[in-house]
Amino acid sequence: MASSETVPAAARRARGLAPFLRSQMRNIAPFLTLIILSAFFALSSPSFATLDNLGNILTQVSVTGIIAVGLTFVILCAEIDLSIASIANVTGIAVAYFTLQESYVNIPNIPLPGAAAILLAILLCAALGLVNALGLTVIGIPSFIMTLAMMQIAAGISALLVRGQIAYKVPGLITTLGSGSIGGIPWIVIVAAIMLLGGHLVLTYTRFGRYVYMVGGNREAAEYSGLNVKLILGAVMVISAVCSGIGGMLGVAHFGSAQQNEFDTYLLDSIAAVVVGGTSLFGGRGGIGNTIVGLFVLGVLNNGLDHVNIDSFLKILIRGVILLAALIINVYAQRLREKAAE
Amino acid sequence: MFEGRSPILELQAITKSFGGVEALRGVDFALHPGEIHGLVGENGAGKSTLMKIIAGVHTEFSGRFLIDGQETHFRSARDAHAAGIAMVHQELSVAPDLTVAENVFLGNQPTNRLGLVQWRRMAREAGEQLARFGIDVDPMSRLGDLPIGLQQLIEIARVLFSGARIVILDEPTSALSPPEVERLFSTLRRLREEGTGIVFISHFIEDILRVSDTVTVFRNGRKVAETAASATTKGALIEAMIGRGGEALEHSYSDDLMLPRPSDSSVVLKVDQLSLARSLKDISFEARAGEVLGIYGFMGCGQQELSRILFGKLRPDGGTLVVEGKPKTFASTAAARRAGVALVPESRRAMLFHQEPVYKNISISILDRISALLLKPTQERDIAKRQVEQLQIRPPVVGLDLGMLSGGNQQKVALAKWLTYPPKLLVLCEPTRGMDVGAKNDVINIIRDLRAKGLAIIVLSTEPETVLSLADRILVLKRGALVREFANEPVSKDRLLEAA
Repeated sequence: MASSETVPAAARRARGLAPFLRSQMRNIAPFLTLIILSAFFALSSPSFATLDNLGNILTQVSVTGIIAVGLTFVILCAEIDLSIASIANVTGIAVAYFTLQESYVNIPNIPLPGAAAILLAILLCAALGLVNALGLTVIGIPSFIMTLAMMQIAAGISALLVRGQIAYKVPGLITTLGSGSIGGIPWIVIVAAIMLLGGHLVLTYTRFGRYVYMVGGNREAAEYSGLNVKLILGAVMVISAVCSGIGGMLGVAHFGSAQQNEFDTYLLDSIAAVVVGGTSLFGGRGGIGNTIVGLFVLGVLNNGLDHVNIDSFLKILIRGVILLAALIINVYAQRLREKAAE
Repeated sequence: MFEGRSPILELQAITKSFGGVEALRGVDFALHPGEIHGLVGENGAGKSTLMKIIAGVHTEFSGRFLIDGQETHFRSARDAHAAGIAMVHQELSVAPDLTVAENVFLGNQPTNRLGLVQWRRMAREAGEQLARFGIDVDPMSRLGDLPIGLQQLIEIARVLFSGARIVILDEPTSALSPPEVERLFSTLRRLREEGTGIVFISHFIEDILRVSDTVTVFRNGRKVAETAASATTKGALIEAMIGRGGEALEHSYSDDLMLPRPSDSSVVLKVDQLSLARSLKDISFEARAGEVLGIYGFMGCGQQELSRILFGKLRPDGGTLVVEGKPKTFASTAAARRAGVALVPESRRAMLFHQEPVYKNISISILDRISALLLKPTQERDIAKRQVEQLQIRPPVVGLDLGMLSGGNQQKVALAKWLTYPPKLLVLCEPTRGMDVGAKNDVINIIRDLRAKGLAIIVLSTEPETVLSLADRILVLKRGALVREFANEPVSKDRLLEAA
């Protein structure tokens, strides 16, 4: 008697586990990818799995991480921001523009005290984010097109500010945060960690964070629940621009120069980090935890390919293939989840 | 009457479960050529699940599935379609920006040898098909410009004439006016003559009895009765559906019902000269505290637009709204909510988050009352638990994803989200549509409780029964204009239908 009862119970448990795993696929798949990649590089190269190299990877993904915090909010709302890299670039250039440069730098700039320069740079990126927000919510331009235009506008402002030249100096605080370190840990890694943690806390524990998930999950229902959907969408566009601006300022200090087109690769990297991590492009699912895993997948991949002595041109292709695979998993995970919920 | 003839479709001992919950338990079902088979049961009884298995939407289940006596297993809805099975879903699925003809031939346009669409032939054949159905429209007009009832008829016509041998109709009559229902029924009878097998699901038991040959009753995932339609009655079917004495629950409303004297309590909402493009003309009325105001009219009469204006989702072209003495122009639904207006739209999909747990669905509209910055999950769950208990939502688990609940329980959740901090004005669109008798009664009682608490309530419906069972005063809306007010006088279903 006992055995005839235990068998169906076990069968039921098994039936319960498979749908659970299926519904969790968007969280599991990126993590598995990370483990497999790490294992592969650790076996292929003795220099990969070292504490020093972990530090390298962390530093390499920091700027992307700072930008990806804001982008996570945007993608959770089922919108997109293509202007992140341009806004990062223009903010980095702006903070240098308002700093006294060496005499050989031939830019007609306006030197201000460091605090004022930082404040103006932040205001600039927030203002550009606000333009994105107004275009999206008041005029009703799809975010894809709106931020495509903003990408060009921000690049244009950058070009006008530096006029083909390169600036080197930024305020002392930014220099420290971007290129200094404390107790052997680079400040930029600490800033990225704090911002990722902050983003996670906002999304998980605040009312605003809940609204972001609900607007992303079903925008019509959010509106019929009496939420101010436009305000929430506007807010995430501003958050995205400010995160990009901070990433841009620290990035300029990290690279040691401010110039045109410096951040171009960060657009794709940031989007890839968020999506590879498993945050749904359809909105409402995912979060900063996913973005962190995504950052590590990209970081390990970029860094690891350097260690295994591979054709550097092939690297670009490999990254593209990995991104495609992640997109396939992303769309597939959505379908599996819907099936599990049926 | 079909004894001895072999069924075109036969299901044996079908069992289907979702996440450990059995939605169907050992169900047998057979459909014969030339049979109209009515299906009744409460929400969540398993009717829709069975139909989705037949239509190839659910592909995993246990039991035998036979077509023409051959065991079959569909892997997708396309397989079912290829086998000659077509289904009209409860929700409208048409392409409003395409022409009537394109909709009739969706995915099946006549082409010449070069693969180009033969527009003239398509328009002619679409017109002929619709004419057989008694629909007289220009096949080249844009579908979205037609009234909703007509759009639904055209969708049904498309499926009926697609050449399918087995047609499933899920609640086809809920959006149709009485003459449109007549047209549908005469077409179904003609298809029956031609040998088509038809499954007809409806909550309107009179409709089922009028058109079906056989009626099957579902309860809790089991088939509890199957009889010839001519050998049963509405009362017997209701009793089988809910398993308790049904007569007292279902009121026919064919006799006169006396509306009370209008209350003289305070005016919560005053609408003056409201108009909206082609939908609403000079609408003026008042809604008072502690009163249920019913607004009745056929599909497409402007009810939907009116409700959206009251909740700030649509902006009117002219006219004023006054809430508790203050003129309002709502810039957003958030502004309407702050002013004390709440709306439950007719579509549950439009106001619920199916992938989120029940408690988040209930708390979403009141989060700003319980938390300034940080969420308070414990308090949220407690509030949700109280609502779930009060409204008897099943299963009573606030952490369950909303999508796991049956339609009637989802509707209760939609109400629950407004009730923790009751609004001043509650606007309900079709609050009992598509619900079974038991759930309908629960919702009616909830609304009456709210009236007793002094809320002003507006109920908009295309079903006379809904308005009659709830309203203290009834307005009739016809083609965007208010044409009749019933107050302090006798009213009946006939009188309402006559006015509309």
